Amino acid sequence: MKNSLNRNIPEFINGIGKIAPFTGAWNKLKKGWMDELTISPPNKAKLPHQKKLTETLKEAITKTSPKDGMTVSFHHHLRNGDFILVETIKILAELGIRNITLASSSLNDSHTELIKYIKDGTITKIWTSGIRGKLGKAISEGIMENPVIIHSHGGRVRAIHTGKIAIDLCIIAASAADEEGNATGAIGKSAFGSLGYARIDSRYSKQVIVVTDNLVEFPCFPLSIQQNFVDYVVKVASIGDPTKIASGTTRITKSPMDLRIAKLAADVIEKSGYFKNGFSFQVGAGGASLAVAKFIRKKMENKEIKGSFLLGGVTSYGVDMLNEGLFKTIFDVQSFDAEVSSSLYNNKNHIEISASLYANPYNCGCMTNKLDIVVLGALEVDVDFNVNVITGSKGYLRGASGGHCDTASGAELTVVVCPSFRGRISTINKRVDTIVTPGESVDVVVTERGICVNPNKPELAQILVKAGLNIRNIEDLQKEVEKIVGIPNPIERTDKIVALIEYRDGTAIDVVRQLKTVE
Amino acid sequence: MRQKRRTMLYIPGNNPAMLIHGGTYGADSLLLDLEDSVALEQKDSARILVKNVLKNINFYDAEVCVRINHLDTPFGIEDLKEIIPLKPDAIRYPKTETIEDLKRLVTVMEEIEDQHNILHDEIKIHIMIETALGVQNVFEIAKLCHRLDAITIGGQDLTADMNIKSTKDGSGIDLARKMIVMAAKANKIDAIDTVFVDIDDEEGLRKETEKSKNLGFTGKAVINPRQIDIVHEVYTPTEQEIRKAYKIYKEFKKKKKEGIGVFAVDGKMVDAPVIARAKYILELAHINLQEI
Amino acid sequence: MKIIKKAQAGSFESSDILILAEKPKDTKGRVIQLNSIVEKQYGDTILKTVNAILDKFEVADIHLVIHDKGALTPVIEARMETVLLRASNNQKGTMY
Repeated sequence: MKNSLNRNIPEFINGIGKIAPFTGAWNKLKKGWMDELTISPPNKAKLPHQKKLTETLKEAITKTSPKDGMTVSFHHHLRNGDFILVETIKILAELGIRNITLASSSLNDSHTELIKYIKDGTITKIWTSGIRGKLGKAISEGIMENPVIIHSHGGRVRAIHTGKIAIDLCIIAASAADEEGNATGAIGKSAFGSLGYARIDSRYSKQVIVVTDNLVEFPCFPLSIQQNFVDYVVKVASIGDPTKIASGTTRITKSPMDLRIAKLAADVIEKSGYFKNGFSFQVGAGGASLAVAKFIRKKMENKEIKGSFLLGGVTSYGVDMLNEGLFKTIFDVQSFDAEVSSSLYNNKNHIEISASLYANPYNCGCMTNKLDIVVLGALEVDVDFNVNVITGSKGYLRGASGGHCDTASGAELTVVVCPSFRGRISTINKRVDTIVTPGESVDVVVTERGICVNPNKPELAQILVKAGLNIRNIEDLQKEVEKIVGIPNPIERTDKIVALIEYRDGTAIDVVRQLKTVE
Repeated sequence: MRQKRRTMLYIPGNNPAMLIHGGTYGADSLLLDLEDSVALEQKDSARILVKNVLKNINFYDAEVCVRINHLDTPFGIEDLKEIIPLKPDAIRYPKTETIEDLKRLVTVMEEIEDQHNILHDEIKIHIMIETALGVQNVFEIAKLCHRLDAITIGGQDLTADMNIKSTKDGSGIDLARKMIVMAAKANKIDAIDTVFVDIDDEEGLRKETEKSKNLGFTGKAVINPRQIDIVHEVYTPTEQEIRKAYKIYKEFKKKKKEGIGVFAVDGKMVDAPVIARAKYILELAHINLQEI
Repeated sequence: MKIIKKAQAGSFESSDILILAEKPKDTKGRVIQLNSIVEKQYGDTILKTVNAILDKFEVADIHLVIHDKGALTPVIEARMETVLLRASNNQKGTMY
């Protein structure tokens, strides 16, 4: 069947079940509630003064009585420095557990070893918001029987509430924890900041193990994870590689192209009508997208504009803006560098939020719904403004859905920044390889060769033209870029589906099929 | 409207990535360089690359100039033969020292233009003054021919030629700067200031650009796209300046209808030079004079 | 045009292409080894561009080793022209 974006979606996928096609960015939400039933969190009990501390991770895992076919969940706040996810899977494999469903809020280069456990049948299903590197490559080439399900950060919460992701065991790595399992990522040698993605798992998982390399005296605060949801606590030597967990201060790019695009995007924002006192703002942490913050900061200072809140993945650049008084508050679901952790710990206006408060479509007000302006990156955009942030130019899974479609859906003004082509690879195409964010939720695409406004926002286009910005028809831009770089050979794929791309409301926005030729 | 030359971005002629994206950084003018940024053994390579890029790549609204090698080198004549047929907006000639230098360039250009049926005033000429001798002769050179459209001071070569240390305040080439501006203004052509080499020193660039502007330079050469916005900011009139210019120009239009040439605005006399300045400011600020 | 010596043009930089040309050792015709970061998407296009320039300069026998870092067609054409002029000893106005 075709979904409303004209993508070919099967009605049924083995191992997943019946597939509901995407019908529009806000179509399901209009109803005001979710038809799918929600599951209740598990009922658990402990006797007074029962001990949770265990000697080793293996001992703790054994105590949870792992079984074949179980679902194990992780958070990705340790980024590329994560030791715990692969270690856990290794232990489960040693215990002879098979057919595991892996549900990690994201997967990255520190998880390459999983290929082995996929090939030997330890892991047979995966839920994640992103997948990169060699693992993404292997999956694109078809090493799994069942397709990976790619969800957004908000969509993951919904999938847990509905029991689509029914977690048996949740492993939470924390940079500080106490013997009862109160835990945080804000302090310790492996500090990583917010634990936003782990909170929902801790509430819905049948068993929860907190793993830390920094066991502190009771009570550990802030209570990012609360003891009443935790079964076991383990002290290990190290939860990860600190140099890869938190990078140093995030620096603004020096790439002239990224800076040029960022400047143009900041001009768009300034003239859009949304740049005014009390505005809320989110930028991605990458190249051009973060650089927009640099220009917005200057414009705020020049025009004496004060914002309300900064949202999302937070960098030290955002912390600086908070400290300068340019914004009142930061809502932090994920922190990107070391300075952010200490701000989260010390500044009462820097508030840790869960993935549910951040972006879950099915509650009474996620923060993304209150967002005025968001700036997002893209691997490619098409003439219908659909955005791909998951498959690269060779067709491999190599990115993350993350909060892309959540923020695009919520913000008053969604600005996508990208160069019109990278090297010889076009970024503005007739049709994106894979849709993650639907075009109807994207307002402006800013490239170095022109700014394109979604035809569903004619007033905005008018305002920006009047302000003297280089507004262009996206089809013209696409043709110009195609003329510069030439027409590439199409990506050849088989019929086998290797990934299902879920929109935040749980419908299927796209699928990724297996690559025919491997490198 | 006259071509603005607030910024002139240097692009090394043998660098494909920079050439391809040259037109997207917002510089008023681009300088595709075949001279000092190209190694002696890559002169052919750069020449052919620039030729192909001129043919195929869109530079949008930017003025496109090509800096060729001096005709005293074994490269200059080949540069002209290959580049002239593609009709860039201007040829920039380095190390101009005497009127003979410029005369020779014009003669060679005209010969090539005749072979390709190109009119003699289609391609402008920019010269660079980079030696003490050039500075001494700049007044003579500046008035030599109508094709000459801009004079640039080459600060680094000039300090080397004068055998002085290059300082951030540029005190050693202060007189040269002033002479070049004066020679340019006397002939109603543009004067472009030399590059500021420390690309990470944004405040230093801003200060030097303010100084250039006050001296009378029409713009500044830049070596990195990141410098463009700062120079443009300095050369962009302030809101106060625009308001004043607007008021003057509006009054001028009104008085013109009434047949009055000289009048006063806010108690200050307004005559032709003041009106010309107001017009220039309004144009820099992208304000349509017809609509005033 | 006859290839009489070894020559190279271009670079390993991003958006550029490095081309080495020489006389084929024993064989006749065109031997082209292409290595490109965009081979999957543009391998055929690049070879088409290369052959078109060889046709234009009437080069029948040549051995080319090409390393492409995502160069656009006008850049490939320029580097091809340069390397052919150099390998046939027809380069002008350069110290190459």
